[in-house]
Amino acid sequence: MHPLRKQRLQLVILIVVATTVVVGLVLYMLRENGNFFYTPEQIISGEAPQDVYLRAGGMVVDGSLKRADDSLWVQFQITDGIENLTVEHTGILPDLFTEGEAAIASGKVDENLVLQATQILAKHDENYTPPEVADAMNEAYERKQEALGEERYKESGGDQKKYYLDNTK
Amino acid sequence: MSWQWFHRLGSPRWFYHNSARWLAWLCPIAAVVVLGGLVWGLAIAPEDAKQGNSFRIIYLHVPASFLALAGYYIMAIAGAVGLIWKMKLSYMVMKSAAPIGAALTFIALFSGAIWGKPTWGTYWVWDARITSMLILLFLYLGVMALQYAYHSIDAASKASAILALVGTVNIPIIYKSVDWWYTLHQPATIKFTSAPSMHPDMFQPLLVMIIGFYLFYAVALILHTRSEILRRERKTSWVRELLKPKQEFKADKQVGKR
Repeated sequence: MHPLRKQRLQLVILIVVATTVVVGLVLYMLRENGNFFYTPEQIISGEAPQDVYLRAGGMVVDGSLKRADDSLWVQFQITDGIENLTVEHTGILPDLFTEGEAAIASGKVDENLVLQATQILAKHDENYTPPEVADAMNEAYERKQEALGEERYKESGGDQKKYYLDNTK
Repeated sequence: MSWQWFHRLGSPRWFYHNSARWLAWLCPIAAVVVLGGLVWGLAIAPEDAKQGNSFRIIYLHVPASFLALAGYYIMAIAGAVGLIWKMKLSYMVMKSAAPIGAALTFIALFSGAIWGKPTWGTYWVWDARITSMLILLFLYLGVMALQYAYHSIDAASKASAILALVGTVNIPIIYKSVDWWYTLHQPATIKFTSAPSMHPDMFQPLLVMIIGFYLFYAVALILHTRSEILRRERKTSWVRELLKPKQEFKADKQVGKR
């Protein structure tokens, strides 16, 4: 390679490396500030700022969704596997909002550590499956759970109370 | 190592003459693959268990996003080659790649917004993925604007090439944004390291669409570059020659009719 071209190549590499280092440092300083939402654990432990409008994201806890009979008020819990955060909202939920799926709630956390949300967004995962396949997978999962339950029932020697306790742990 | 082949590739005249042959087979293949992928994805592939039919916008959204990112590298590499080898053709490719990339980025953002409403419940949020993608659109628009900011083509090309190179830092950020930060946007379905988290019946048409978009991108880039060659080389003898015989041919025909 011609020495002059080599010099220009080095300059090009320098431009790319220098911007990468600078932007990399900026992003490193940003870190959590680049996050779109806080986890329930961050909010309950007090790591998240208080008395400000913020977003919380997590999995909607199975069986936690409660609806009012006469209004659009809903209450549910979201979890990150460590802490559960109660969310209250008055309004229409996105179509994809269901228990066991992720959701993001924006609003203010009140003194009872309940997030009074003004907006609820559903977060969907990166997995795509046809309905029949999803049904078959759910069935297989349920069968496995049943088989597991029966096994435990046998292990417990037919003791109803012990079986119940084992399964509700 | 001999760089002769490389310098021949850099000749606008050589490119103009040979690209006509490439287009002759690239155009029909691209059309067939894109149309086939569209029909397969939109009509034949099964719907998603959770999202229903709305997930089908993935067949436009993902290929457009792929090429918006890949196209930026093509533009930046063309700019770097132009800076290092002072190759005119390379700068023309860089200039041509900018509006195509901007259009694809816009399609990715727009289809994402349309997809976001029925799934997330909102058209737009300022999360890391969507914001970094918007910055990509501005980078493309910046390169386009710089082309017109200078009187001299050489100065415009150099400035654009440097902006294109600086902007490359954004591409890995867009790609990794969903892993580095909590975002509303879901992580990647198609991964380099493991199998796609998508049923094969849905993934195959998506793969066809991605290949189709690569082919379409090649066609669009070659066509843009060809017109840019004619514009910039209009004063050279070979372009004048190229336009002259056609007029004579027309005159011949008229003579023949008489």
